[in-house]
Amino acid sequence: MTKVAAMVGTDAIAEAMRQINPDVVPAYPITPQTSIVETYAQMVADKLVDTEMINVESEHSALSAAIGAAAAGSRVMTATSSQGLALMWEMLYIASGLRLPIVMTNVNRALSAPVNIHCDHSDSMGARDAGWIQLYSEDAQEAYDNIIQAVRIAEHPDVLLPVMVLMDGFIISHSLGRVELLEDQPVKNFVGTIQPPYSLLDTKNPPSFGAFDGLHGYYFEVKRAQAQGMLNASAVIKKVGTEFAGISGRSYDFFETYRLEDAEYAIIALGSAAGTARTAVDELREQGERVGLLKLRMFRPFPAQELVDALSHIKAAAVLDRSDTLAGSIGGPVFVELRSAFYEAEKKPRLYNFIYGLGGRELDINMMKQTVETIQTGMSDGVVQSSVAYLGVRE
Amino acid sequence: MSKSWDVSEISKWGWSKHPVGAVIPEPATTNRYVTGGWRSLRPILDLEKCVHCFICFIFCPDSSILVENEKMDGFKLEHCKGCGICAQVCPKNAIHMMNEAEALGLEQCLLPDDDKKDKKEDKSA
Repeated sequence: MTKVAAMVGTDAIAEAMRQINPDVVPAYPITPQTSIVETYAQMVADKLVDTEMINVESEHSALSAAIGAAAAGSRVMTATSSQGLALMWEMLYIASGLRLPIVMTNVNRALSAPVNIHCDHSDSMGARDAGWIQLYSEDAQEAYDNIIQAVRIAEHPDVLLPVMVLMDGFIISHSLGRVELLEDQPVKNFVGTIQPPYSLLDTKNPPSFGAFDGLHGYYFEVKRAQAQGMLNASAVIKKVGTEFAGISGRSYDFFETYRLEDAEYAIIALGSAAGTARTAVDELREQGERVGLLKLRMFRPFPAQELVDALSHIKAAAVLDRSDTLAGSIGGPVFVELRSAFYEAEKKPRLYNFIYGLGGRELDINMMKQTVETIQTGMSDGVVQSSVAYLGVRE
Repeated sequence: MSKSWDVSEISKWGWSKHPVGAVIPEPATTNRYVTGGWRSLRPILDLEKCVHCFICFIFCPDSSILVENEKMDGFKLEHCKGCGICAQVCPKNAIHMMNEAEALGLEQCLLPDDDKKDKKEDKSA
């Protein structure tokens, strides 16, 4: 039997962590992630979990401690946000390079400067090439579900990569939402126990982690093997997403489509913006517009072929990015990768990029409809407008 | 404890043959790997002053203090990097650091003539 609760996103994450009961949680507080580790620290103090909680002096140390604990064969979780993730940068690559299945929530928040604490995807999008799997969540429910699945995905022997679960700062992390919580036992059965291929605590045959690759130089081969882990992750994420339905009734895939099958125009979004887009789609459909939504859940690995297959029948699509590559005129990261995925496709939609919501700038239903109007006008005029626009910036 | 990890052909391995995450799957593999070539100073033991207290053994970061029959028995030069910690911590000043080039020169002088050529080739390898 599931329990339905009104919960903020951070509490939903902490509750999932309590049910998973990881061996080690090293953490450092940073808004808006703080309440995850604060709530979890209370659970540790109340002896609701067996976790060894390590209070460290920085996020760099938090991930360093997580890496050490994971190399020892423990199940390790942590959480961070924004500058905290930025400070972890060096260690992000070490966690993935050593193939340590750490699960980390990142509460998405803008990177300074100027100082801004609000929702923005600049933090995790910057880490997109760090070799971590990235799963984005539309609401607290998905964040809760993603965390539980992330453990299985990360620890799968074909994958062995760290997973970052993303949740929009404040919009999800600090807003009350309806969350269906699973009972403890099904979650425990679902995640099982960690079976690390190597453990520093294996005293009979102690391995070494993180050695110099030697003058033989086999770094390239190790990175190629790591790339294979990311390739293998797709099938594992799909399988785990299907199996998760068995305990929750909710199945997960790389992305979710909404009224997309017969649509001429599409909105592509990830995170909480997908909720706004869904309402915009409904309202536009009532006006007779054939509009659909594709909500991207899995950004790493990037499901290029599946996205091409799902969108090839679309005339034009508005791709929403809550961060900018700041690379000139090529647009935000979701747009850049989606456009690249379509390069070899015979049938492809005209793609427009809308960079929105930087530093927590509001995105409302009318703005979402405006993106659809813009791409419709762009197509009917036959005038190729700029592919990249800033939505909601004061001109 | 297995000692089976054969890395003699590692430079020819394809990417799928390497252990996941570049882990070294068995202990004490450094034994097979000479790291003493970095040394610019060499520890020299004066056995007459040594009281076999093993303080050097405790402090040596490279496990390069040799022990035989519970006695200090010199240095494992394959792994000694010449850091000089042993000389610093020795309470009897029984260890002093000698310039490595000088030590090598002395070694050459002490060798029988037949061995000198081979020895030189070893060092350049």
